[in-house]
Amino acid sequence: MDFVNAIILLLNYIFVPALAYGSQLALGAIFVTLIYGILRFANFATGDMMSFGTMFVILFTFYFQSVGISLGVLPTALLAIPFGIIFMVGYMLVIDKLVFKYYRTNKSPPVQLAMVSIGVMFVTQAVVRVIIGPSDRRFFDGEKFLIKAGEFKEMTGLNEGLAIKSTQVITIIVTLILVSTLFWFLNKTKTGKSMRAYSDNEDLALLSGIDPKKIVMITWVIAGILATIGGALYGLDKSFKPFTYFNNMLPIFAAAIVGGIGNPFGAFLGGYVIAFSEILLTYAYRKFFMYVLPESMEPDGLIQLLSTDYKFAVSFSILVIVLLYRPSGIFKGKVL
Amino acid sequence: MRKNLNVIAAYSIMMGLIILVGIFQSWNIALSIFNLCLISAVMTMGANIQWGYAGLINFGIMGFTALGGLAAVLISVDPVQEAWSAGGFNIIFSLLLIIAMVLAVRYILKNYKKSKNRTYIVAAIIILGIVILRFISEPGIEAIEGVDPAKTGFLGGLGLPIIFSWIVGAFFAGGLAFVIGKVALGLRADYLAIATLLISEIVIAIIKHEDWLTRGVKNVIGLKRPAPYEVNLQQTDWFISLVEKFNSSKLNLITDLTERQSALNQLVIEGSSVFVKLCYSGLFLVVVIILLILTQKALYSPWGRMMRAIRDNEEAANAMGKNVVKQHLLIFVLGSAIVGIAGAMLVTQDGLFTPGSYRPLRYTFLIWVMVIIGGSGNNFGAILGGFVVWFLWIEAAPIGLYLVNLTTAGLDDTHFLKVHLIESVPYFRFLMMGVGLLVIMRYRPKGILPEKIEIK
Repeated sequence: MDFVNAIILLLNYIFVPALAYGSQLALGAIFVTLIYGILRFANFATGDMMSFGTMFVILFTFYFQSVGISLGVLPTALLAIPFGIIFMVGYMLVIDKLVFKYYRTNKSPPVQLAMVSIGVMFVTQAVVRVIIGPSDRRFFDGEKFLIKAGEFKEMTGLNEGLAIKSTQVITIIVTLILVSTLFWFLNKTKTGKSMRAYSDNEDLALLSGIDPKKIVMITWVIAGILATIGGALYGLDKSFKPFTYFNNMLPIFAAAIVGGIGNPFGAFLGGYVIAFSEILLTYAYRKFFMYVLPESMEPDGLIQLLSTDYKFAVSFSILVIVLLYRPSGIFKGKVL
Repeated sequence: MRKNLNVIAAYSIMMGLIILVGIFQSWNIALSIFNLCLISAVMTMGANIQWGYAGLINFGIMGFTALGGLAAVLISVDPVQEAWSAGGFNIIFSLLLIIAMVLAVRYILKNYKKSKNRTYIVAAIIILGIVILRFISEPGIEAIEGVDPAKTGFLGGLGLPIIFSWIVGAFFAGGLAFVIGKVALGLRADYLAIATLLISEIVIAIIKHEDWLTRGVKNVIGLKRPAPYEVNLQQTDWFISLVEKFNSSKLNLITDLTERQSALNQLVIEGSSVFVKLCYSGLFLVVVIILLILTQKALYSPWGRMMRAIRDNEEAANAMGKNVVKQHLLIFVLGSAIVGIAGAMLVTQDGLFTPGSYRPLRYTFLIWVMVIIGGSGNNFGAILGGFVVWFLWIEAAPIGLYLVNLTTAGLDDTHFLKVHLIESVPYFRFLMMGVGLLVIMRYRPKGILPEKIEIK
């Protein structure tokens, strides 16, 4: 019995939250990796672009709530996401036309594009803050828990409860659907294949008649979808605050590089690697050992590898280690 | 003279703007803008050495700034005796242990061939070392943080004048840069940018949460000053007579004695804070000028020529027998050390160390905007960038307010759009920076004062 309790404990505090957080990171990381692979620059505006999309999702959610449209047990935001995506994709295409296109056609070095993306970051940040303000916003409605800790305890008669938030389930399901569709698109359709060809070797792709304008546009559309959904899911699960989104850029970058930048599958797994290691290394295992070990060997301390203050630092340290020993990432991405 | 005309013109316009702020807003604001411009100028010089001279991207400026600030704390704060007696032994022992660990790993890496066994042994040493380290340091840290946590709760510093920290800050930042450089400089440009950005976040995390060393988010306040305190100044005779002399024409108009006295008191209070800021300006100006002379000399020396050669064509420079890796490391360390000086100067001026305030937007990206807008590769350009961008950063809110009022003049004062826009005036600075950066990168990619290389 104790052993089952220990497993439930780990599931409740590590596995489920890490899976949800990892999914959110994974979407962001695929966004980064797509832009890196096809448009060939590190996009420092990642976090702010995500907050831009989420902002529209929130605005539409508020609008739907005010007219009384809702999805019942599901959050209204799910209904608002497509509208958010439309605005987001529009914004990205405008930004591309006004800003990035010039450098792309001039074949500027990637560093210059990265610098330009910092300018975009500042502008996007200002736009988001002017429209919706810098404060913390919650836009979740509907049923909060799928399984409550108390109900679970009653149901199974265990000491430990397992609480599963509906946002966590939604996050994981939506991510799985989205990512599998994306991989199907990239691997099976003609457009997807031409995107991969363009990413692999631009000149060769151009020679074989692939239209770069189309590729770039589709990349922005996909990126817009990923950024909006990733941002909205994160906002549903936690809360929306422009500053947090800006900061999320860092673990997202870490996930993309750990997985092998330019490799969408690597980015997908990288998200989970980062999320799990952050939570595994900063969790206090005291209770777990109390269940598993006999009473005489019970630990005194918290049995915590690192204090939770270093949550962010964990993912960055992993990144540094990966860069040192396997610079192309776990799943070979572009070689540095 | 003629060819430097644009430099002189740009700087005179900048000075004119600051003086205008002094006349229309107040001299206090003008001087605080000027001081922070000077500090920003030091930071941009550091970033410019790395980016402009050698083409190295360093997005870790925030980390080096914070380390400089930490140096200011560790140098100037008086040592906390109780904390040292409570946990000093454990901390020193832990430090020795870390040094022993590093030396052991180095010894093994040097003297044994690469093999699986070697990797395992190194990993074992590191893991074992960390476990022992935690056992030794934890009680010490707890004891230190338990010493009067509302006031101290940390080890304190050396109790030396804070000016020394400017040099120590440079060494701290340079030391960190050496480690980062060894690890990360082999990476391609954009990876280096991301890696340094993330490493600087780690540095901030450590400074924020190692309370025994830095007091963490509890902040360190009331650092010693290299300049006199306002309160003391207001009571010194020579200062009062100085203020009197400066404002004699204004004061002579007032005939009533008590009124004259109260007017004088007011002027003394205002004058004291202006005087203190002027002291800082003097100190900072000395640093900026020294650094400018040194960097200018370096730029036109054979070494500067070599750096440009490396920047423009790494392979060719390598083929000519220049040690690219070594020079990159050197310049990374030098540039970061200069940023460290700026970090110490910043904390010196504020008189407080707040680890929570170090954010990448303000301390990394803004500095980059300064370098790019000013003109990378040109020291005068970089400094000008620091001035222009900081000036706009501060004055963006008033300018934004003016613009909002102008564009919404037709609307009612309580109109929701107008109220909303006026509330969001503080964020216009982001917009201004972003648009400024994009416009400069597009239409004047070399910055306001572009790099000019003359062969002497």
